[in-house]
Amino acid sequence: MSTEPQAPQAPENTPAPAAAGAVVRRRYLSEGSEWTFDLLRLYDQEIARVAAHYGLDTYPNQIEVITSEQMIDAYSSVGMPVGYHHWSFGKQFMATQKSYKRGHMGLAYEIVINSNPCIAYLMEENTMTMQALVIAHACYGHNSFFKGNYLFRTWTDAEGILDYLVFARNFVAECEERYGEEAVEEILDSCHALMNYGVDRYKRPAKLSMAKEKARQREREAYLQSQVNDLWRTLPPKESAAKAKQETRFPPEPQENLLYFIEKNAPRLEPWQREIVRIVRKIAQYFYPQRQTQVMNEGWATFWHYTLLNHLYEEGKLTDGFMLEFLQSHTNVVYQPPYYSRAYSGINPYALGFAMFRDIRRICEAPTEEDRRWFPDIAGSDWVKTLDFAMRNFKDESFIAQYLSPHLIRELKLFAVLDDDAEDQLEIAAIHDDAGYRVIRQLLADQYNLGNREPNIQVWNVDLYGDRSLTLRHFMHNRRPLGESTPEMLRHVARLWGYDVRIESVDETGEVELVGECLV
Amino acid sequence: MSAFVDRRLSGKNRSAVNRQRFLRRYKQQIRRAVAEAVSGRKVADLERGEKISIPSKDLNEPVFHHGPGGRRTIVHPGNKEFVTGDRIDRPEGGAGQGGRGGSPEGEGMDEFVFELTKEEFMNYFFEDLALPDLVKKQLTATPEVKKVRAGFVSQGNPANLHVVRSMKQAIGRRLAMAAGPRERLAEVEAALAELEARGEGASAEAEQLREEIESLKAKVAAVPFLDTWDLRYAHRTDQPQPTSQAVMFCVMDVSGSMDEERKDIAKRFFMLLYLFLTKSYEKIDLVFIRHHTVAKEVDEDDFFTSRETGGTVVSSALELMSEIIRTRYPSAAWNIYVAQASDGDNWEDDSPRCRELLVNDILPLVQYYAYVEIQAEHPQSLWHQYEYVKSVNRNFAMQRILGLEDIYPVFRELFRKKATA
Repeated sequence: MSTEPQAPQAPENTPAPAAAGAVVRRRYLSEGSEWTFDLLRLYDQEIARVAAHYGLDTYPNQIEVITSEQMIDAYSSVGMPVGYHHWSFGKQFMATQKSYKRGHMGLAYEIVINSNPCIAYLMEENTMTMQALVIAHACYGHNSFFKGNYLFRTWTDAEGILDYLVFARNFVAECEERYGEEAVEEILDSCHALMNYGVDRYKRPAKLSMAKEKARQREREAYLQSQVNDLWRTLPPKESAAKAKQETRFPPEPQENLLYFIEKNAPRLEPWQREIVRIVRKIAQYFYPQRQTQVMNEGWATFWHYTLLNHLYEEGKLTDGFMLEFLQSHTNVVYQPPYYSRAYSGINPYALGFAMFRDIRRICEAPTEEDRRWFPDIAGSDWVKTLDFAMRNFKDESFIAQYLSPHLIRELKLFAVLDDDAEDQLEIAAIHDDAGYRVIRQLLADQYNLGNREPNIQVWNVDLYGDRSLTLRHFMHNRRPLGESTPEMLRHVARLWGYDVRIESVDETGEVELVGECLV
Repeated sequence: MSAFVDRRLSGKNRSAVNRQRFLRRYKQQIRRAVAEAVSGRKVADLERGEKISIPSKDLNEPVFHHGPGGRRTIVHPGNKEFVTGDRIDRPEGGAGQGGRGGSPEGEGMDEFVFELTKEEFMNYFFEDLALPDLVKKQLTATPEVKKVRAGFVSQGNPANLHVVRSMKQAIGRRLAMAAGPRERLAEVEAALAELEARGEGASAEAEQLREEIESLKAKVAAVPFLDTWDLRYAHRTDQPQPTSQAVMFCVMDVSGSMDEERKDIAKRFFMLLYLFLTKSYEKIDLVFIRHHTVAKEVDEDDFFTSRETGGTVVSSALELMSEIIRTRYPSAAWNIYVAQASDGDNWEDDSPRCRELLVNDILPLVQYYAYVEIQAEHPQSLWHQYEYVKSVNRNFAMQRILGLEDIYPVFRELFRKKATA
C-alpha cells in the first residue's frame, strides 16, 4: 500500500487540491443521467482518489463499455473473458437472453474479472449513477479484494489467467478439429460434472503462463506417451509381491482431487484428453476462491461502493438525485427477505457481507460494552486497518466465525433450524439470544464451509491387479446421503476412468456401504 | 489510472457457436417441441419464431450433491416467533428446508424455455417434410422487392446526385444569402448617383460610398455558387413486388375415420401449401370446408378440432366450394388454390359425381388442385376417379401419403411450372 490509511474525519474540509478548481466553479461532477466517456473518466478519478484515501490497494483497471447483448455473452461464459466452446454456455446464454428479453430480470450490472489489469464491464444502457456505482463496486471493491485476499493471492494468478484461457480455448478448438466436436464434448461434459472435485484444497498451485504452459503441455504429452503406466504393467507379477501389494491401496492415501487423480492415472485417456481434464481442473481451481469468499467478496465490494459514494456526496460532489438513485439500487442489492417471505431463497450474500463489514466498522468506531467483551482486540481500533486485515486473512467460513457479532445476530434475527430425518418435527436449535449467539455463529460459519456443503468424495482405491476398477468413498457428514444424480455422475467418472467405477458411503461409525456402481 | 475501452462495436455474437452446439445436442427434444408447436398453430401463422420449451431434466448438468435425509442445521434470518427448543412441523414439500434450493439460474421450473428464430423454427419444420434444399431456400427467402422513387433526400451516394434539383436549391440559397448586401448595394448606388448628379462625385463622402460598393460587390460575389447543403439526391425505397391476391381452399374429410394423426398430416399439408402461396401472393384468403355427408364452411379452430361420425359424401364439399367460388371469389380477380385431404373413403356412387364436378365446374377456375389421401389402406373409388381427372388436367396433383415425407412431392408439379413460367 502506498498511502497510509487515515480515518475519514471531516472530509468536507479536505477536498483534493487537483479537484479544487473545478469544485469552485461547478460543485457537482454531473447533473443529468446521461454518461459520456469524459464523465466516466472524471468519476473514476474521483472514486480512485477517495479509494486511495481509504488505502484500497488495487490492480490497474481496464473498464470496458459494452452493450447488453455483449453482457449476456459475458454472463453465459461464467465470467471468463475468453472461453472454449461448449453447449452448456449456449444453454446459459439462451436462458439469460430469454429472461432478459421478456423483462423477467435485469442484467447484473457488473461483471469483473480477476486479472491484472482487472477487467470490469459497464453496460451502455446504464445511467451515470449506475456506472459510478459499478466503478466503485467492481473496480475498487472487488479489485482490491482480488489483490488482497489470501485465497486469491495463493490460488489464482491474475497475471497469467488471460493467457491461460487463450491457450485453453485454442487447445480445445484444435482437439475439436483433430478428434471431432462430439468426442471433445463428451470429455468436457464429464469434466464439468466433476469440476467441484477438481480442486486442491491444501496444496499450492504453480503459477501459469502461456509460454510455459505450452512447453509443459508438449513435454507432458511426450512423457506420458513414453511412460509405462503402472496400471498397464503386463509382466506377470510375482505371486507373493501381488499379495503384498493388494494389501496396500492405490493411492495409498485417499485423494480429494478427483480430476487430478484421473488426469494422472486414468489408464485409457489419450494425451489430449488428459490435457482437457487438466484445463477444466485449472479453471476450477481458478474459480475456487470465489466460491469460498462469496459473502466476503460481495460484502466488501458493497461496503466500499457505499462508503466511497457517500464520501463523495459529503464532499458535495454528487447531487441529491444521484444519491437517491444510488441508494435505491443499493437497497435492492442488500435486501434480505425474512424466512417467511415468498422472495426468500436463503441468505443474501450481499446483505450478510455488507452488514458484517458495517458492523465491524461500528465495533471499531462506537463499541458497546458487549462488543468490548466479545471483540476486545478490535473494539475501538482503527476501522480501516481492521477491515483491511479482515479482508486479507479470511474466507467466508472463518470470517463469520471470527466476526459475526451478537449485535448483528439480533439485527438479522438469525435462528437455526435442525432437520433430522430421525425426528418427526423440525427443532429450533438456537435463536438470537445469549445462549444462542455462539451456536448460531458456528452454524452459520459451517454453512459456508464448502466441505460441508458438497459431499466429501475421495478416491479410495484402484484394483491394480484385478479389473482396474476405481472405488470412490463418500465420507458422510451428519448421515447425509448422496443425491439422486449419483448414477449419472458415476457414468461420467467411468467415461473418464475407462473401467468400472464404484462408490461407497462411510458413515460416522466407520461402516462402509456400496451405494452405486457403474460397470463399463 | 484506469483505462477505458469502448467495446460496443466489437462483435456481439460471441455465444453463437455455443448456442448452435446447444441446438445440435438437443435436436431430438427440439424437434419434438417444434412438432407440438406446429399442431398448436394456425395454418397462416407458421412464419414466426417460437418459444420452445423442453423438459429441464433432459438437459441438466449433474454434480455430486447431498440427497434429502440425514441431519442438517440451517440458519435463517427474520425470526419472529420461535424460541430455542420449539418443535415445528416440516413445511410442505418434503425437503423441509423452507425455501432453500432455488437454483441460481432462478429456474426450479420443470421446463427450460428459450426462443428459436424464425429461420431455425422453419428449418426444424422442413426437416420432416424432406424438402429439396432449393425449395427450402425459396420458402425462407424474403419476398422480392422493387426499388421505387420516393422523392429527394439531402444525403446519399454520388451516383444518385440529382443535378437539377441541387441547382434549384443553390439558386434559392444564393438569392437568400445575397439579398441583404444587394439591397444595401442598391441604396448605396442610388446615394452615389445622387451625389454625382449634384456634382459632388469627387467628395470624400462619394469616395466612401464607392468603397462600400466595392465591398458589397465582393460580398455578393463571395456567396458560393454551389454548397454542400444544396445537394439533393434521388431517393429510392424498397417496395414489395405488387402481387395479386389468392384464395386457398382447405377441404377435409372429418368423418369418423379421420383420426388425430391423419388430421395432423393434413394440417402440415395445408401449411405447406400456404407457405408456398405466401411467396407468390401478398394477400391470401383461407376458406375451410369440412365435410362428412354434408359440407360446411367453418373457421380454422373448428376445422381441425371438431370430429364427426358417419359416412362420407365428397361431392357435397365440392358443390359448396364451387358455389363459394362463384359468389365470393370470381376467378378473374382471384388465384384459386385447393388442397383436399381425405382418407379416401367415399360413398361408392358419389365418386363419379365428384369427377364430373371437378372436370366441368372447378378445375377450369382454379390454378392448382392438390389432393392427398392419407394413410389409406388401398386405393378406393375416389382415387380411381381422380386418376382419370389427373390424366386430363395438368393443374391437378394427387398423392397417397403414409408419412410426412410424402407431402412434398404433391407440390413438385407446382414448382416445375413456376420454374418454366
